[in-house]
Amino acid sequence: MDSKNTNDWLFEITPKNKFFSLNFKEIWQYRDLLMLFVKRDIITVYKQTVLGPLWYLIQPLFTSITFTIIFNNVAGIKTGSIPPFLFNLGGIMVWNYFTACLNGTSDTFKSNASIFGKVYFPRIITPLSIVISNLIKFGIQFGIFIFFYILFYFRGADLSLNISILFFPILISFMGILGLGLGMMISSMVTKYRDLNNLIGFGVQLLMYISAVMYPMELIKEKLPKFGWIVEYNPLAYVIETSRYMLLNIGSISILGLLYTAIITLTVFFVGLLVFNRTEKSFIDTV
Amino acid sequence: MKDIILKAENISKQYRLGEVGTGTLKHDLNRWWYKIRGKENPYLKIGETNDRSTKGTSDYVWALQDINFEVERGEVLGIIGKNGAGKSTLLKILSKVTAPTIGSIKCKGRIASLLEVGTGFNGEMTGRENIFLNGAILGMTKKEITSKLDEIIEFSGCERYIDTPVKRYSSGMTVRLAFAVAAFLEPEILVIDEVLAVGDAEFQKKAIGKMKDISNQEGRTILFVSHDLSAISTLASRTLILANGKIIANEETNKAISIYSSMETSSSIFIQEPLLNVPSVTKVEVVTSEGGILHANGKALKIKFEINMPYENYENLAFSFQIINHLQVPILYDYIFDINTRIGRQKGANYLEFTYPNLALYKGNYSIVVHLAETKTKTKFQEFKCCLFEVEMIGMKEPEWGWQKNVCQYLDKGNWEIL
Repeated sequence: MDSKNTNDWLFEITPKNKFFSLNFKEIWQYRDLLMLFVKRDIITVYKQTVLGPLWYLIQPLFTSITFTIIFNNVAGIKTGSIPPFLFNLGGIMVWNYFTACLNGTSDTFKSNASIFGKVYFPRIITPLSIVISNLIKFGIQFGIFIFFYILFYFRGADLSLNISILFFPILISFMGILGLGLGMMISSMVTKYRDLNNLIGFGVQLLMYISAVMYPMELIKEKLPKFGWIVEYNPLAYVIETSRYMLLNIGSISILGLLYTAIITLTVFFVGLLVFNRTEKSFIDTV
Repeated sequence: MKDIILKAENISKQYRLGEVGTGTLKHDLNRWWYKIRGKENPYLKIGETNDRSTKGTSDYVWALQDINFEVERGEVLGIIGKNGAGKSTLLKILSKVTAPTIGSIKCKGRIASLLEVGTGFNGEMTGRENIFLNGAILGMTKKEITSKLDEIIEFSGCERYIDTPVKRYSSGMTVRLAFAVAAFLEPEILVIDEVLAVGDAEFQKKAIGKMKDISNQEGRTILFVSHDLSAISTLASRTLILANGKIIANEETNKAISIYSSMETSSSIFIQEPLLNVPSVTKVEVVTSEGGILHANGKALKIKFEINMPYENYENLAFSFQIINHLQVPILYDYIFDINTRIGRQKGANYLEFTYPNLALYKGNYSIVVHLAETKTKTKFQEFKCCLFEVEMIGMKEPEWGWQKNVCQYLDKGNWEIL
């Protein structure tokens, strides 16, 4: 390197005046940090617990049981030939991945303020690590789903695979990206206006009811024709409905709906990335 | 030709004071409104110099203003300044934690910053796991860490606990482990905040030694902030002084330290109005070896006194002084009486000077206590404390464990004999 040349600067620290700057080369350089963050997220959760990683399974199982009792047995929602428990488990599993990504990434700046205030690394690493570590948790939950699937199959339930299951990973990545995008947006805004924090807690809960988690999408159109559009315009509902179609061969698949979901997902993701990118340079002064 | 590795040009940083609330939204909207009309940010024009103690009229302050400096490759640059002078803000900008409002920093090497030891340490994880995590946060790759793992563990001296969760460590051990990780970073430029203020004396010594190695042997550039003037004087070749967000000096270290010490509010000169009809001490001045209030151990210290006499041929005046330490314990004493020598015989100002050719006080803060009396009637006219000064072990060969505080008050030369 010709260091004598005074114009030969390696990099420059300047005010945040660029509209968008994302240094992919730099993110790639920090890939080890990404993996270490993932490892940290996974192992610290079950350190000093008796049940360890089993906790990842207990929550969806008990939620599924509760849903089955309340929505299927008490309220009488029909799931066709599919055992209601499996129906609920499938929906909850996918829904959980979304909420885990959203909740995890939405306080990126606030919960990492002490690290961000002391050391520089591409901030995007943190929300990315959350999405990846949640994917691993999702994998564990998917394992228990397969276990019950086989169990129900051998007990004579009418289950059949759908060839579209090959696209299931893409569907899950939609869920992850949507959670990441929304989370990044919220995390950026929370740095300045903490009000949003209060909104997320119950907002996510309400969102579940319009995302076709515990009922088939058809049902809401049939029973509440006036408000069916709320579910129909919710991209999350399509992902959940489609994932049940892929896994359990139940419900419908709508190419148009999926296209709509894909467009919304990518838009949300890029807007989130943009807002996040703008915030990461100045947030330490406002948080 | 100078090989400039880092260049700061017109760095300024503005902060908004007060709380973030509904007012923030109003300002944000206003700023946005100016922006879409293509006008300059209206809040950049206002803003005041960052002086913590005075109440300002504006909500905006400049934490840093027009900072310009250059650093050569392999140089150790010290940065000193009082609390709130802008040191930490400057370091944060250098380490890319926050962006400057105006200006730019150009750089020819990777910057690694150590604003805190153990950033991102996770108590639940073992020492070994934390070495990897912390190393990666500081910018090392897994491969680099793996290749240095044994050295890091050895340097930390925590080998026995390396597979124990960090939450079981003592705070000293955590610091050791964290510093060990940082010590094996290999950036071209290392930015260090006062991390050395933690840990025991042995460890501080080790840390300073490591920093010397980094700059001398490995030829890397260090920017080093500290309140510890002796650490600055042993490490830094050049020093910046920051005050109220501006650079007020950028000098060779010893000169900068002397400028800095003369800025202190506690002055080395004491002046007061003469009393009527009785003798009084009107001025006391300590002339230190380094200027200002800073004195180097073993160098000449001169004390000047001015005594005001109400009339001529005053007899039997007795003058004495003590040098006391920070605990008000007298260490040295000397006197001059109007018996054999004649003092204070003129009306008005009389001058006295006392010199210690090589004052061997140990590092610490000292003051002068003066006494003015009359021997015959045993009347005491005045007795007061004044003139704070600070002794540092500048230019002395440091012992293995470093210069610790309060091990003694007086350190004179002598000889050992092994029989």
